[in-house]
Amino acid sequence: MNIIVCIKQVPDTEAIKFDSEKGILIREGVGAIINPPDLHAIEAALTLKDSLGARITAVTMGPPQAEQALRDAISLGVDDVVLLSDRAFAGADTLATTYVLAKAIKKIGSFDLVICGKQAVDGDTAQVGPGLAARLNVPSVTCVSEIGPNVSEGLLQLTRMTDNGRDLLELRLPALITVHPSLNDPRVPSLRGKMRAKKTTVPVWGLEDLGADPERTGLKGSPTRVKSTWIPSFEARREILSGSPEEQVGTLMERLKEAGVI
Amino acid sequence: MTQVNYFLTEEQQMIIDLARQIVEEKIIPVRNELDENEEFPWAIIKDLAQADLFGLFIPEEYGGMGGGSLEICLALEHLAHGCIAITTTYAASALGGYPILLFGSEEQKKKYLPEIASGKKLAAFGLTEANAGSDAAGIQTTAEEDGDFWVLNGSKQWITNGGEAEIYTIIAKTDKHKGARGASAFIVEKGDAGFSFGKKERKMGLRASSTRELFFDDCRIPKDRILGRRGQGFIIAMRTLDLARPGIGAVGVGLAQAALDEAARYARQRVQFGQPIISFQAIQHMLADMATEIEASRALIYSVARTIDSGSKNISKIAAMAKLFPTETAMKVAVDAVQIMGGYGYMKECPVEKMMRDAKVLQIYEGTSQILRNVIGKALNSEYAKK
Ligand SMILES: Cc1cc2nc3c(=O)[nH]c(=O)nc-3n(C[C@H](O)[C@H](O)[C@H](O)COP(=O)(O)OP(=O)(O)OC[C@H]3O[C@@H](n4cnc5c(N)ncnc54)[C@H](O)[C@@H]3O)c2cc1C
Repeated sequence: MNIIVCIKQVPDTEAIKFDSEKGILIREGVGAIINPPDLHAIEAALTLKDSLGARITAVTMGPPQAEQALRDAISLGVDDVVLLSDRAFAGADTLATTYVLAKAIKKIGSFDLVICGKQAVDGDTAQVGPGLAARLNVPSVTCVSEIGPNVSEGLLQLTRMTDNGRDLLELRLPALITVHPSLNDPRVPSLRGKMRAKKTTVPVWGLEDLGADPERTGLKGSPTRVKSTWIPSFEARREILSGSPEEQVGTLMERLKEAGVI
Repeated sequence: MTQVNYFLTEEQQMIIDLARQIVEEKIIPVRNELDENEEFPWAIIKDLAQADLFGLFIPEEYGGMGGGSLEICLALEHLAHGCIAITTTYAASALGGYPILLFGSEEQKKKYLPEIASGKKLAAFGLTEANAGSDAAGIQTTAEEDGDFWVLNGSKQWITNGGEAEIYTIIAKTDKHKGARGASAFIVEKGDAGFSFGKKERKMGLRASSTRELFFDDCRIPKDRILGRRGQGFIIAMRTLDLARPGIGAVGVGLAQAALDEAARYARQRVQFGQPIISFQAIQHMLADMATEIEASRALIYSVARTIDSGSKNISKIAAMAKLFPTETAMKVAVDAVQIMGGYGYMKECPVEKMMRDAKVLQIYEGTSQILRNVIGKALNSEYAKK
């Protein structure tokens, strides 16, 4: 089985602060980590590898220093890695990101399963997974909280979390899934993995290697414009109703009707 | 501030990083609950196995990482930052594995070492009995030859990993009248006929580790389970303990460092009489002694470990030193950490409360502080006889 895991390097969210006056993240002095939900994607791939046997390739698009995220993936047990890095990729929104990722996956060749984290903790769009599936022309299931009980080279049974409950699905491969953190508990790296990660030369693919159209990558290929960023404020108001219990219920009903809740 | 440079290799640094990551992500979140419930830490044992740590001291040809004493000391020290009950579980598997590594036949090594290295099976070491603690020569468990079998009878007491481990190295008497040459070492497997376990002991500290009695009731094991030669039992036990003692010293250093970290952070932030308590000289001097003795312990352990790794023989004296000083330091530092943290240090929610309960055992198992001094003293006596 060939599995491709798409990961992203993000600022260490626990350490990062928000400058609410300027509306930007204060990134200085903050370390970079693998997007935490992507650790669950890697774990999902490793679990499938443990049971079915698989070759896992981790892919990331990012600046040269994103190489560290790939080394961390190797230390966890990922077999191969590719760094997609080019000035022309910078400033990409999800449309331009999925374009580059799809080009890279086509270059890697055949795959049975692509696994992404549910969303990146910096952008929080959750669009890259399904967007990538559309470009690869394969079915996708998002927010997977359980894989199995039946898994085989060609078919996965899955549980998907929804707002109203859970969907039990069967997914024919090749396909793409995005995983919810409740799916698994990511393992720790191994010493052998860490040693291999240290020695590995990470291949870097740029615009030309992918034969990509520069109009469709990076800032140029991104129709999304950020108008402004702010922390939404939320004010809870409260009111204590008085009177007998019957009167209070009456007032409450009126209020709820006024508010259009009932 | 410059820290002491121990000139560790990149791989040794990786062991430290890995152990610390396991402590942060896996051990600290559950250590109180495991302690409270006296629950065996199987999930973390799996993590340690996944991380390749069980194979650190085992040669690569038997599925290990080919490391030596320094490597395992580094792992033990840094795991001990999180919880020494879990670290003891890990250390005891090595203790059960050393006799096989040191004295096992090629077949025995091929059969058992890969299982221990992968962490798929835990090992244990059984020497102590109800009537034989410090005086190991007083053991009464016997092993008698019977055709193609050895038949074991007797019991062992306070055996770490008892009931949880699959592979046990057991010291038993094979010739009652031969004194020091009267014992032999055997490999006993969980499931062998006539081999059973007592209830789990309830303890002051180290509560997540499992300590049990082992019973041998006409326990029949195949002849090829003897380790080394008949009569080598005590030599095997002593060589095993020599190798393991610096590791227990390292556990002490890890625990002491964690206690110092807690106490120093608290002392900076706790205000009394209008100032942080760290501004009082009485507190500063306690912290200074703690930090200095921890560093001295660490330096001693690393030097002894490197001496062992260079292939030195007759290491009993230096191995005893590398357990004695660091574990005495660990107890003292843990007590002082509680003192610095005052009433809060005595509360269950404060990490040093458990550290102080846990630390005590380090001065007892694998040779009490008194017995270690006996070993060192005896060595000095014979060294000075020659001068
Ligand atoms: C949590 C725990 C886990 C253990 N795990 C294992 C294990 O996995 N395998 C195993 O084989 N054993 C294990 N032990 C047993 C441990 O090694 C013994 O407890 C230890 O060797 C001391 O023996 P004892 O308890 O019988 O004390 P004793 O030997 O009865 O000693 C009592 C006191 O007398 C002192 N004393 C004894 N002899 C002398 C002397 N000659 N000179 C001066 N003072 C002396 C001792 O230092 C001690 O202070 C474990 C013990 C504990 C508490």
